[in-house]
Amino acid sequence: MSVRVQEQDFDINAEIAALRRDNPKIGAIASFVGVVRDVNDGDSVATMTLEHYPGMTEKSISAIIGQARNRWEVLDALVIHRIGTLKPTDQIVLVVVASGHRGDAFAACEFIMDYLKTQAPFWKKEITPQGGRWVDARTTDDQAAERWK
Amino acid sequence: MITLLYFARLREALGVDREQIDLPETAATLAALRSHLAKRGGAWAEEMAPARNLRAAVNQDVARSETPLKDGDEVAFFPPVTGG
Repeated sequence: MSVRVQEQDFDINAEIAALRRDNPKIGAIASFVGVVRDVNDGDSVATMTLEHYPGMTEKSISAIIGQARNRWEVLDALVIHRIGTLKPTDQIVLVVVASGHRGDAFAACEFIMDYLKTQAPFWKKEITPQGGRWVDARTTDDQAAERWK
Repeated sequence: MITLLYFARLREALGVDREQIDLPETAATLAALRSHLAKRGGAWAEEMAPARNLRAAVNQDVARSETPLKDGDEVAFFPPVTGG
């Protein structure tokens, strides 16, 4: 299980290859990649800056992975979240879950992402033609996390 | 002493990212600390008002208004998170 918060981009193929290497128990790998869109709430987005709470971020994502392991068979999991300034088409977040079977891999991957969106201490600030603005939390994200309860 | 941290929009509105203060005798819980900070007036009164949707953490764990505080704690206030 690993959690990384970094400015650098990531290579999903290299990350999955490293995670599954020499583990013959893995029968399914589900992954999610979040990407910066060029439009948000009707305005074009030039760049976006991600701020986080060092220490708590890693702790909270590890706790989310721990909850997923209590509910599903998770042989291994990886979360990478980028910080700093990103532009449209850039990758922001990667979640990879390895399991024996696809059902557990799909569910755990979606659960980790839904909880990360509502619990991990990251904040996005977008630069649009109107200037900088902090992104508001969405109630649809809260609803997505609620349905796992 | 306790360490206070402020993030994102809140950090900009208050113009400070961290500070250390003596734990006020009247601030035994997170809610009490919040009202203590609101008494600073101006942006503090506005941002720390009970109606504001603020989140908080004590020693890097999500905290509630009734979470008790003690000397040496790291207390963070921040807006609802927007990562992912």
